[in-house]
Amino acid sequence: MTAGDPVWRLETSLASRLGAHLSLTAQIASTLQAHGWCENEIFGIQLALEECLTNAVRHGNKEDDAKRVHVRCEISGRRFWAEIRDEGSGFRPEQVPDPTEEENLTAVGGRGILLIRSYMTDVTYNEHGNCVTLLKVRQNPGRTPAK
Amino acid sequence: MSNHRRIQVSESNDVTVIRFVDRKILDEANIQELGQELFQLVEQDRRPKIVLNFTDVEFLSSAALGKLITMDKKAKQHGSQIILTNIRPEIYEVFAITKLNRLFNIKDDEADALAVF
Repeated sequence: MTAGDPVWRLETSLASRLGAHLSLTAQIASTLQAHGWCENEIFGIQLALEECLTNAVRHGNKEDDAKRVHVRCEISGRRFWAEIRDEGSGFRPEQVPDPTEEENLTAVGGRGILLIRSYMTDVTYNEHGNCVTLLKVRQNPGRTPAK
Repeated sequence: MSNHRRIQVSESNDVTVIRFVDRKILDEANIQELGQELFQLVEQDRRPKIVLNFTDVEFLSSAALGKLITMDKKAKQHGSQIILTNIRPEIYEVFAITKLNRLFNIKDDEADALAVF
């Protein structure tokens, strides 16, 4: 794929209901596939999105029907970008305990942020802590695309 | 025996082999249901040796990992042994990133797990 590839863009908002994002993540996965992304790359992006969107609904908007989760996304053959913003009071990601520390290994939660960071090239949170921006840049965009 | 909707249960001698119905373990309601069915295996059924075969699982979220961790805690309380098998590389990477490969006993396949038991 080349830098001249068309960029697919999406802007939408989702209900604050767990599972409301599933059709969106499926749509993004098929768009990535159409842009030549590999299966393992799509897996990582889907996982990062899953964790961000679930966090936004559960921890951000606290499943409040009156609040929405706002999503913007851009996909090209070499770059994935997404912004996920909830209407909650925000959080401080640096205060989330490291789940890989021995004393936290058996904690039931707290792994989402680690997974998001692991699969993305760059992850940033706004100052308020209610908006996360994901970026993944392909290192080998010429690899065999997903089947 | 109760009906299971999220798992398939088979038995071989005293070993219980579990396979997952969902290829993508994502939906919150399904994950809750999955958790209850897994916990029942150790809490009510008191199955001593359990193999969780992930061969059909293509995707799981951290919420699903949470259920596995809770199951592992309950298993230790009740003296059950759990072994995870047939984890595809993408899923294994999730276990490695979160260092849960150190918490769980993971084997390549069912035969390896049965050899441990």
